Amino acid sequence: MDLLKASLSEIATAVRSKKVSALEATQFFMNRAKKLNPKINAFISFDESAQDQARKIDEQVSRGEDPGPLAGVPWGIKDMFCTKGLRTTAASKILENFVPPYDATAVALLKKNGAVILGKLNQDEFAMGSSSENSHFGAVKNPWNLNCVAGGSSGGSAAAQALRMVAASTGTDTGGSIRQPASFCGVVGAKPTYGRISRYGIIAYASSLDQAGPLTNSVEDAALSLEIMCGKDIKDGTSSSLPVPSWKKNLNPSMRGRKIGVLKEYFQDGGLHPEVQAATEKALSELKQQGAEIVEVSVPLTKYAIPMYYLIAASEASSNLSRYDGVRFGFRSEFKSLAHINLSEFYSKTRGEGFGAEVKRRIMLGTYCLSAGYYEAFYNKAGQVRRMLRDEFSLAFEKCDVILSPVTAAPAFKLNERISDPLQMYLNDIFTVATNLAGLPGMSVPFATSKERLPIGIQLMANHFQEQKMLDAALALEGISGLKGLVADVL
Amino acid sequence: MSFEAVIGLEIHAQLKTQSKIFCADSTVFEAGDNENTSPVSVGMPGTLPVLNERVVEQAIKAGLALNCHIRPKSVFARKNYFYPDLPKGYQISQYDQPICEHGSVEFKLNGKVHQIKIERAHLEEDAGKSSHFGDYTLLNYNRAGIPLLEIVSGPDLRSAAEAAEYARTVRQILRYLDVCDGNLEEGSLRCDCNVSVRPRGQEKLGTKVEIKNINSFRFIEKAIEYEVERQIEATERGQRIIQETRLWDPDKNKTFSMRTKEDAQDYRYFPDPDLLPVIVTAQSLEKMRQEIPELPLVRARRFVSQLGLSENDADVMVSEKDVADYFEKTGALCGNYKAAANWIMTDLLRELNDGKLSIRQSKVTPENLGALIQMIDSGKISGKIAKTIFADMWSTGDTADKIVKAKGLVQISDISVIEKMIDEILTGNASQVAEYRAGKTKLLGFFIGAAMKASKGQANPDVVNQILLKKLQGGS
Amino acid sequence: MSQDKISVEEISRIAKLAQLQLSAEEVSNYSQQLSKAIGYFEQISQVQTARVEPLVTPTEIENILRKDEVKTETSSEEILRNAPHKTGSLFTVPPVV
Repeated sequence: MDLLKASLSEIATAVRSKKVSALEATQFFMNRAKKLNPKINAFISFDESAQDQARKIDEQVSRGEDPGPLAGVPWGIKDMFCTKGLRTTAASKILENFVPPYDATAVALLKKNGAVILGKLNQDEFAMGSSSENSHFGAVKNPWNLNCVAGGSSGGSAAAQALRMVAASTGTDTGGSIRQPASFCGVVGAKPTYGRISRYGIIAYASSLDQAGPLTNSVEDAALSLEIMCGKDIKDGTSSSLPVPSWKKNLNPSMRGRKIGVLKEYFQDGGLHPEVQAATEKALSELKQQGAEIVEVSVPLTKYAIPMYYLIAASEASSNLSRYDGVRFGFRSEFKSLAHINLSEFYSKTRGEGFGAEVKRRIMLGTYCLSAGYYEAFYNKAGQVRRMLRDEFSLAFEKCDVILSPVTAAPAFKLNERISDPLQMYLNDIFTVATNLAGLPGMSVPFATSKERLPIGIQLMANHFQEQKMLDAALALEGISGLKGLVADVL
Repeated sequence: MSFEAVIGLEIHAQLKTQSKIFCADSTVFEAGDNENTSPVSVGMPGTLPVLNERVVEQAIKAGLALNCHIRPKSVFARKNYFYPDLPKGYQISQYDQPICEHGSVEFKLNGKVHQIKIERAHLEEDAGKSSHFGDYTLLNYNRAGIPLLEIVSGPDLRSAAEAAEYARTVRQILRYLDVCDGNLEEGSLRCDCNVSVRPRGQEKLGTKVEIKNINSFRFIEKAIEYEVERQIEATERGQRIIQETRLWDPDKNKTFSMRTKEDAQDYRYFPDPDLLPVIVTAQSLEKMRQEIPELPLVRARRFVSQLGLSENDADVMVSEKDVADYFEKTGALCGNYKAAANWIMTDLLRELNDGKLSIRQSKVTPENLGALIQMIDSGKISGKIAKTIFADMWSTGDTADKIVKAKGLVQISDISVIEKMIDEILTGNASQVAEYRAGKTKLLGFFIGAAMKASKGQANPDVVNQILLKKLQGGS
Repeated sequence: MSQDKISVEEISRIAKLAQLQLSAEEVSNYSQQLSKAIGYFEQISQVQTARVEPLVTPTEIENILRKDEVKTETSSEEILRNAPHKTGSLFTVPPVV
């Protein structure tokens, strides 16, 4: 079996039928990950118990038990997910040595279904960023071009996936943090509807926007992974009770009669990189050829998506990150003696030293937006516009099954190119943040490669709980592009 | 100038649940350091609050009993501030959309009925506990996440006594509903008092001072009295009252300043995105309404109008729901509510008090007390003997009937037996008989006493009385 | 938009609320960067939102409530294991009175 190319189901089937042992699969990916990691810095921590986990899966198989549909499949986990007994940092100094006594529900579900955890993947600190440069553990590099960013915040996941250091990986997506790095690195990245995957144990950035999802090398793998990660969780009061459909089994690439929406507003301003523009147009025309109907739809308030997103995300983040105070866990500044430290000095020094620049910037922004005199104009106003935006999307989805758009205006940019101008960096997220504001499922599927050999993804989004339509269209695009199982080989 | 006090109370009632408001930690008071904690209650990364359904039910019941409007949709918000006892850097609390609002409470004080507005009652989580050791402070999060209902009165109270009576009434109602055990020492009921003074007749409110940390009704009264005095004196001296938080020091009998509101916090409230709004449907509201027992004030009125108790007796009978239930059951069994109330007040409650027991722990059941009263009313035993029997019932838990039989304590009402006994007494005390007949009728008591003694207290005193009178007045 | 929409004094006030110790350079940078960002974000004021209820949770989700049951999943040792400073089974912080 070619583990570089095998789908998740193929690996699991091989392990269940003893054609490949979980241990062999684990060693293959672990060796590859450890060998390649120094070049791209995708991992923060390796899980040295991976081989033991694999042996347990093999023992289960020998006993005639079924370890589940991910039997022996090696996964990488973004370092936003708490892993019991395995250091979880959110790529921050403030959690540098934090070892959770619990698993995130999504991780527990992967383990329960037979997955082996290889380690924890690098990212922007607390998922705040679009380049994975804001990490206490150093920037992630794009496997296709080491001078370029991997995207962010799930840059470690996308880069590791692109190099097939893992069979699949997890990411979190608050404003595009799965889809954008997936596009930059040429892998499939999907987030389901808000509420589908339990947020329990996933370090919170912006609670009303955060949603986890898988990064994989194929649409089929994404569908299977979503099925396993989604579902109601008694530990998350905002998780959806709706049943999780058999997305993988129901995958259907036929686009006959499907209505593909094109957001008028996304193409109005220009500013699209010509190759991204060309890829998007090609995607539309090919789908049309396969029998899809292309419909123009309008969501005028997407114009305000960036302000809305940053006002809401920063406000929620400023509160979510208050728990990092040096009292119960995590980093605490050095104090010669506690006796003469006043509380405010204790907190502000610990937090001032423990958080990186971008995190502090967003805490400041959010604190400002929630403070007396500004709440109405910023946080509250953004919430109102958010409702109107969601309602506009609902109307748009009366006319189409999915909305197709670019993921980003251009392929991956150079390292250090944008880090000095926060607002410019924020504007990168123009195509991805509206999905989170409206709580919609969204994904990126590799579709083209630029002249500079950088991947270009296409974004698909669907109405609430309509993941199947999105996955079907993604499967069609994957068929058209021929990029299924794409693995970077630049190294 | 004459001044008037304006007082409002914030009562923090710990709801009576097994587990915390947002996670499954135990709420048991006796626990080791940080034993009742979990990743959720110490605010570890990625953990989320999930609302305890019982907390909502109890809040609704309390709200209904306090005559509140129950919001069909209430919202949890985050109150952001840093303090070591606050694990997440914010407290989850209801802010602009509390579950209960616009209610009222009625109580009687010195015969006068007072009606106090309840502005709101909202749900929130408690913080942890700090212990201070000079060079450092230690944190225990067992209390972090304990469910609280904060009941906020209007500024309607005008004296320390009113405030204390209001607090007692609220406690009584919560205990009737079985939603709070009202234990002030263990902190399951805490009270903050907002106190201001103004010249009588003035509309505008004076500057408000908040007194925190009061853990008994007596201290509520004392602290407010002290604070009102202090504010009046200061005002008369021409000093400005500072808006501040003060603490009550029970040892020194005074309040002292904790912090001024000058450096007031900006709490940056916003709706908690981790918790969906709490929706209360008409059906669930109706279900809760059905589960609300008859409340003390109404019950006391019924005891007066239907059962013939005096107002004072009725007030004692409704003080605790268990006492009132006991009373009604006993009264119904024996058909004599007045007697039941008397026995409970003079005998049972005294014994319970001495033994520091609750009425549920009483070995004397309503059935047994009812049977005892019936034996008196039917003349089977005398009231005096009944007291002895009750003492036995209290210590053994036996029925009155069993004790009466075992000790042969049945009352003697047989006229021939009593006549015979009295004849013997009269014969043996001829000189006293002569004195009586000569006009010293006070000696009747002497003869009654002798007859009761001779019968070991078992003779029916009415019969003894009748026969004695007849015989003493008769033959010369 | 003015460059000092959020003055350095304002930044210092916010930093105090957020309990972040900032260097003079950070204060000055944040003043400029946040002024610029807020200046851009302010455009949402152009949207008419009268009587619109703000949206928090974006999807229709049925509220999940817990039964009132006690469960112990972690011991106090596990809870305290990550503590930067502890005394017995209690967390240690500077004196707060």
